[in-house]
Amino acid sequence: MRHIISVLLENEAGALSRVAGLFSARGYNIETLTVAPTEDVSLSRLTIVTSGTDAVIEQITKQLNKLIDVIKVVDLSEAAHIERELMLLKVRATGKDREELKRLADIFRGHIIDVTESTYVIELTASGAKLDSFIKTIDAGLILETVRTGVSGIGRGERILKV
Amino acid sequence: MTMMTGAEIVIRCLQEEKVEYIFGYPGGAVLHLYDALFKQDQIKHVLVRHEQAAVHAADGLARSTNRVGVALVTSGPGATNAVTGIATAYMDSIPLVIISGQVPTEYIGQDAFQECDTVGITRPCVKHNFLVSDVRDLAVTLKKAFYIANSGRPGPVVVDIPKDITAAKCKFEYPETIQMRSYNPVVKGHLGQIKKAVHLLLEAKRPMLYTGGGVILSNGSEQLTRLARRLGFPITNTLMGLGSYPATDRQFLGMPGMHGTVEANLAMQHCDVLLAIGARFDDRVIGNPTNFTSIPRKIIHIDIDPSSISKRVKVDVPIVGNVPDVLEEMLKLLDASDAKPDAEVLADWWKQIEEWRAKQCMKYRMKKNIIMPQYVIEKLYEVTAGQAIVTSDVGQHQMWAAQYYKFEQPRRWLNSGGLGTMGVGLPYAMGAALANPTMQIACVTGEGSIQMCIQELSTAKQFRLPIKIINLNNRYLGMVRQWQEMFYGSRYAESYMDSLPDFVKLAEAYGHVGIRVERPEDVEAALHKAFVEHKDDLVFIDFITDQKANVFPMVAAGKGLADMILAEDL
Repeated sequence: MRHIISVLLENEAGALSRVAGLFSARGYNIETLTVAPTEDVSLSRLTIVTSGTDAVIEQITKQLNKLIDVIKVVDLSEAAHIERELMLLKVRATGKDREELKRLADIFRGHIIDVTESTYVIELTASGAKLDSFIKTIDAGLILETVRTGVSGIGRGERILKV
Repeated sequence: MTMMTGAEIVIRCLQEEKVEYIFGYPGGAVLHLYDALFKQDQIKHVLVRHEQAAVHAADGLARSTNRVGVALVTSGPGATNAVTGIATAYMDSIPLVIISGQVPTEYIGQDAFQECDTVGITRPCVKHNFLVSDVRDLAVTLKKAFYIANSGRPGPVVVDIPKDITAAKCKFEYPETIQMRSYNPVVKGHLGQIKKAVHLLLEAKRPMLYTGGGVILSNGSEQLTRLARRLGFPITNTLMGLGSYPATDRQFLGMPGMHGTVEANLAMQHCDVLLAIGARFDDRVIGNPTNFTSIPRKIIHIDIDPSSISKRVKVDVPIVGNVPDVLEEMLKLLDASDAKPDAEVLADWWKQIEEWRAKQCMKYRMKKNIIMPQYVIEKLYEVTAGQAIVTSDVGQHQMWAAQYYKFEQPRRWLNSGGLGTMGVGLPYAMGAALANPTMQIACVTGEGSIQMCIQELSTAKQFRLPIKIINLNNRYLGMVRQWQEMFYGSRYAESYMDSLPDFVKLAEAYGHVGIRVERPEDVEAALHKAFVEHKDDLVFIDFITDQKANVFPMVAAGKGLADMILAEDL
């Protein structure tokens, strides 16, 4: 099953590679991994999308907790949460496609943030699944570049991950 | 406060940590450190002949005492040579601090002479590691290193120090304690869980205690012994846990696992409540996990590392905590409740166990003119009155030492259980000999393993370490040969060693005493000569043993615990 794991870790050199190394060393799967400092620059917040049986996910959280640089680990997908991912999509936009692409971007609540005579860059923020369906909707031959950040997630309401 | 160089700070930190010995090898990147070592006499440096042995020797010191072992190596090849030692310590959770030199900060990333990414290379085989980037961080980093190495589930910590940091100056201040927001190991177990565990144990019809290296690392054998005696339950110690419960006691069933006893393995398999303490359900212990879990039983698991619990086998009552603390709680609850296990039910279980024990699975046949390796270990046990610190390498000799030397106390049996590193025996013995100068030290090895760190005979001479090397020489890589005989149609691919050195002459060349023993009737006399007549010398006894001897019982890899091959079956 797909899980979204949030991690607070010390914002130190090498901390990210400890997390990434753990996943490869123990054969855990990483779908996406995002990381950036928090409002407290000594801390980084990491979001990992992974999948596995309950036993594997339990081991992943335990092994993450075991890393000395890791302060807190939470499985966001255990309860109500929000996930978002940012995508930048460069598409070939000529002739009648220009109008069609604009319309599709509007339907998905995306923005066109760069326009040339022959291309658009569409910015879209949504859940990973929604980004997937946007890509599917567009004629594959028109896609020039796809850039995705990977999933960021946060718990709903009073569910707070803090030191 | 006076200004000190980084090198002086490192040495001062080690002094503050009451480090008595460090094992190391000098080189360009650590010259400042060696200069600072030279100017003091509190810490003694042991010059090994290969960095791998420096780490193993520090590891041997740590295993045989309750102290953190310290090794010092230079950058590049110094650090890479140390990696096997570090990984060995990591797999067995041994507290070590390894200080490695690094090229100067401004050279890092330039492919400088003797540069390697030590922090990157060691990352997967350390509990934690540091690259020091400012001399002002040095003292607190070393404090953290010692704290992390020796708390929670122990393990090796590498501190990589660029050369310029050891030359830079700052004020020295060593923190007395350290707080880390990201690292707070649990000590006390959850009382509710402990109560549940005690209840399960008291209700058990076929209880079994299964304990591992965690009991020794946490110094919990006293509490374990009290608990086992109080309950009257059968107990087994894993390879890493031998000595945590006295091996000559009636309740002790021997070692479990691939080369465990019939009684230990069958009791593990058929018990209805299994109390696992500081053990990790290793593949060499429980065999096939699917087979193991196909039999219904309740499992209680005490471990300081939550990730050890329910990793290979689902556990019913997990208890995260320090073993002696949790066992004390259990004993307190037992005292308070005044409840006792049902004696009649327990007697039935013991009756069953005694039937298994009556098989005498460890019996072996003596041969007339050939020395049986098991016999050498039995005699070693007698001659040393069971009181020696025994180190081993990896292979058949390791299993025979574990099976036939009855360890009565913890920290007397040092071997590489997790990584299975050939070559550890002699350096372990060096570390143990330095830390326990009044003890008898025996290194049980084979002609394959001993050659993996043979150069340390030179170190042992320099530091006059009276180690007795018990070389079980069967001219084969015995465990490989055994598997080839059993599972590869006796095709002995590269397991025969031709052109072995004359070990007696080799020992003598290094300035030691060498003895060769070829007949069973000479075994005891040779051991006596080594341990009594040459008490203060390193003695290398080359026992020419039976080439065909195999280790039994044996559970083949991937099989269930009850599926044992016994010597008598063949």
